[in-house]
Amino acid sequence: MGLTGISLVLFLIVHAGINACIFADLVDPDENGAMFNKAAHFMGSTVLIRIMEIGLFAGILLHIFQGYLLTLENKQKRAVGYAVTYKDGSKWYSRSMGLLGTLILIFLILHLYHFWVSARFTHQGLDPVTYNGIEMHNMFALMKATFSEWWIIAVYSAGCISLAYHLAHGFQSAFRTLGVYNNRYTLMLTSIGYAYSIIIALVFILMPVSFKMGWIG
Amino acid sequence: MEHYHMNLNLKVWRQKNSNTKGDFKTYQVKNISSEMSFLEMFDVLNEQLITEGEEPVAFDHDCREGICGMCSMYINGKPHGPWQANTTCQLHMRAFKDGDTIVVEPWRANAFPVIKDLTVNRSAFDRIIQAGGYISVNTGNAVDGNALPINKDNADNSFAAAMCIGCGACVAACKNSSAMLFLSAKVSHLALLPQGEPERKSRVMNMVAQMDKEGFGACTNTGACEATCPKEISLTNIARLNSEYLGASLSADK
Repeated sequence: MGLTGISLVLFLIVHAGINACIFADLVDPDENGAMFNKAAHFMGSTVLIRIMEIGLFAGILLHIFQGYLLTLENKQKRAVGYAVTYKDGSKWYSRSMGLLGTLILIFLILHLYHFWVSARFTHQGLDPVTYNGIEMHNMFALMKATFSEWWIIAVYSAGCISLAYHLAHGFQSAFRTLGVYNNRYTLMLTSIGYAYSIIIALVFILMPVSFKMGWIG
Repeated sequence: MEHYHMNLNLKVWRQKNSNTKGDFKTYQVKNISSEMSFLEMFDVLNEQLITEGEEPVAFDHDCREGICGMCSMYINGKPHGPWQANTTCQLHMRAFKDGDTIVVEPWRANAFPVIKDLTVNRSAFDRIIQAGGYISVNTGNAVDGNALPINKDNADNSFAAAMCIGCGACVAACKNSSAMLFLSAKVSHLALLPQGEPERKSRVMNMVAQMDKEGFGACTNTGACEATCPKEISLTNIARLNSEYLGASLSADK
């Protein structure tokens, strides 16, 4: 759980970093997503990254499988439940990792359908764009089109908020699972974990909102 | 401190034995002094039940001074009741006020089956200790206290872990019924001392294996155990246990 979790934490940094290229539009209005489209093209056309993509999917599937197995097995350890449950001793999100993970999974399916399936297989809604004589997908335009409806923005925001709470517990819990017990480091890791969770969620939520509000695109 | 008397409604879990299904029964106790301990209040209830010809409520208790780890009531949704760093026997009635309804349940976990009413079988903890929670030394004269130099931090951390009284509140509080806080305290207590070194790897491997066999859940680091522990055993011990286990799995002879 901890190892797959940390690998996904690393992936999110890359994902947020590449996608944040859309904000180049804020500095140069004529940019029109060129930096982002080139970055997306690089990610999609580099063999090494495509191999890493397989590893990423294996990691996600393993994390989901481990998560559900852990949740189900732990639930079975108390056949007769309490009349009054103990809530004060732990944060609600640390007790709700299975639920938060499920919400993220639902969001992830929609998200993969919107962008990954389109970019890799169907090419639905994707126009070609040419930079320096190289033709590539205009992912920037696809993002703009996808984020034109409020309900999609609402679902994406809910997904990102679920992710933030999932990470707020998961980040520090992963390191505890891996045996980090030096109090100085655990305090540092917990703080980094909270900051990371909030920043990642905010950066991702800003993307659909920026398109819809017309700040970019 | 103000002294007062109170009338209370008690919703108590009654269960004949481990094979029958239990349910809650409601009792009224009157004129309870704020200076009574929670268990003394239960003594009053039991005397009342005996007078009425009813079966008294079975509950575990021994020293009644917070050090033996026998008392085990889950009071109003928290093991050992509302106070921090406290055992049920040290909970006093000034924690409640007149007219309160108090819900009292046994520790609930498959690994702690109910024997009767509020008494649960915690022998799973004994078997975990038997699996490795000891050091093997030849008996003889007691050695001089300062013969073996021990780092002060290690001695302090080991002592803090050794404070665990094995009451099982950590299991009762955990949503996964995990015994990791208990086990981590027992492993840390010995792993931090030179006397624990010879059996360090086999101890952690055997004790974890026994814990899994007993049917406790897996730890998800929610921290409920630490928050309810009457001896304030730190969650840090669980991370240390994970580190010990990882190290032993990678390097143990078998």
